[in-house]
Amino acid sequence: MRFTKDHEWIAVDGDVATIGITTYAAEQLGDVVFVELPETGKSLKLGDSLAVVESVKAASDVFAPISGEVTEVNEAITGAPEQVNQSPERAAWFAKVRLTNPAELDGLMDRAAYDAYLKGL
Amino acid sequence: MSGAPMSIAETLSQTVLHARHLALKARMTPFAGYDMPVQYPDGVLAEHRWTREKAGLFDVSHMGPAFLTLNAKSGDAEADHAAISAVIEPLICGDIAGLKPGQLRYTLLLNETGGILDDLMVGRPLAPDRQGMLYIVVNAGTKDADFLAISKAARGVATLSRADDRALLALQGPKAAQVLEPLIPGVAALSFMQFRRFDHGEGVVVSRSGYTGEDGFEILIHAADADALWSALIADERVKPIGLGARDSLRLEAGLPLYGHDLDDTTSPVEAALTFALSKRRRAAADFPGAARILKALAEGPTRVRIGLEVLEGAPAREGALIADETGAEIGVVTSGGPSPSLGRSIAMGYAPPAFATPGQTLRVIVRGKAQAARVARLPFVPHTYVRKA
Repeated sequence: MRFTKDHEWIAVDGDVATIGITTYAAEQLGDVVFVELPETGKSLKLGDSLAVVESVKAASDVFAPISGEVTEVNEAITGAPEQVNQSPERAAWFAKVRLTNPAELDGLMDRAAYDAYLKGL
Repeated sequence: MSGAPMSIAETLSQTVLHARHLALKARMTPFAGYDMPVQYPDGVLAEHRWTREKAGLFDVSHMGPAFLTLNAKSGDAEADHAAISAVIEPLICGDIAGLKPGQLRYTLLLNETGGILDDLMVGRPLAPDRQGMLYIVVNAGTKDADFLAISKAARGVATLSRADDRALLALQGPKAAQVLEPLIPGVAALSFMQFRRFDHGEGVVVSRSGYTGEDGFEILIHAADADALWSALIADERVKPIGLGARDSLRLEAGLPLYGHDLDDTTSPVEAALTFALSKRRRAAADFPGAARILKALAEGPTRVRIGLEVLEGAPAREGALIADETGAEIGVVTSGGPSPSLGRSIAMGYAPPAFATPGQTLRVIVRGKAQAARVARLPFVPHTYVRKA
């Protein structure tokens, strides 16, 4: 698993990356009550809006941490958004993306680097 | 991911109870210049529901409590009350002279065109020896400007003493009276919108009022006594601390406008659906700021009016979302909105022309470019449970 400074995780299997938000991000958001996911087939560039996560208080964008084409989204979390709080780094993945620029992965943090980054916040 | 609150606490004011919030592991956020608890570890949803079912304790010490007192009292209680009322009435649209002793009134500070500068509470003390004084509570974000305007109006006649160096607590919910009565005996006898001073430490001012739609109290307490009362309340198993996040969702369900969002200096009381705040005597006399414009709007009907909306599908519609009619034509804007924990769907308040303001009217809200079905709802969304004594 790799991580971004914006608190997303990316798990790569072959040329497909599964994307979600980290436990830290879910805690910061508070109770998630609504998730808007992209359409399957959507082409994303690094930094595009991937999803919107809404708590009681606010709407927050989740930006695409890598470029690629959306191959699958996790409809289970649109029906049960509380899963984002309960299992952010496992069950509540957001989308699977077929990578178009795998070199972008090189800029991401591993778990140890991300943990160190969190300590510095 | 964006939107995580930043920590800039060092530049912010702190309430008397700041250390209590940190001890309870609150998440703090800047609000109106103060470092305030937005939520505690239970989270906004649980805090919201707890307040509706039990009793929620809020630190609202960022708000602006003050006392306006005549410089020279005559000693005649009625004459002194009339004199102090005459100081503040030119700024607001409420009948203060006509308040009964111990009565609190929701009123509006208006500009010369009838726009709302703030919404506030003004109360007449109960005790005969305290007449010639008014208890005033204004909003946090507007308090410096409000206090300046009131002080100017009072110059030479009365003096405004800020009390925002004290703590202001709100205890809200169906268990509030049972919880507070043993700590401050007598509070349960208050009726909604009554207040009085009680002997407790250096003295507390307790009103039966709030911003959640629930029964409850607001307690102005000296800094030296605040920690002890906070701790005694938190020790009660019926009480949990509640942050500003749930305060906002509770007041939204109660249909209560939030200044700076649902009301501003371009909004008139008629547009804001706050005509109840235009006291009968003041209407008849037409002697409040912007009276000409406001009374004209009252007679002819305003061009826009505050409405409640139930969002029937999709994402919550928040402040700034456009409101459209069924043909897609833009007719108004959402001024606050979000998920309703009590109702399990999204609700909002906003402004639309009166032709579209009838409850049941089908409308659209535009969220991130998508038109979503919405319906005009009667306010409040969740019934008020205020306790009124005969």
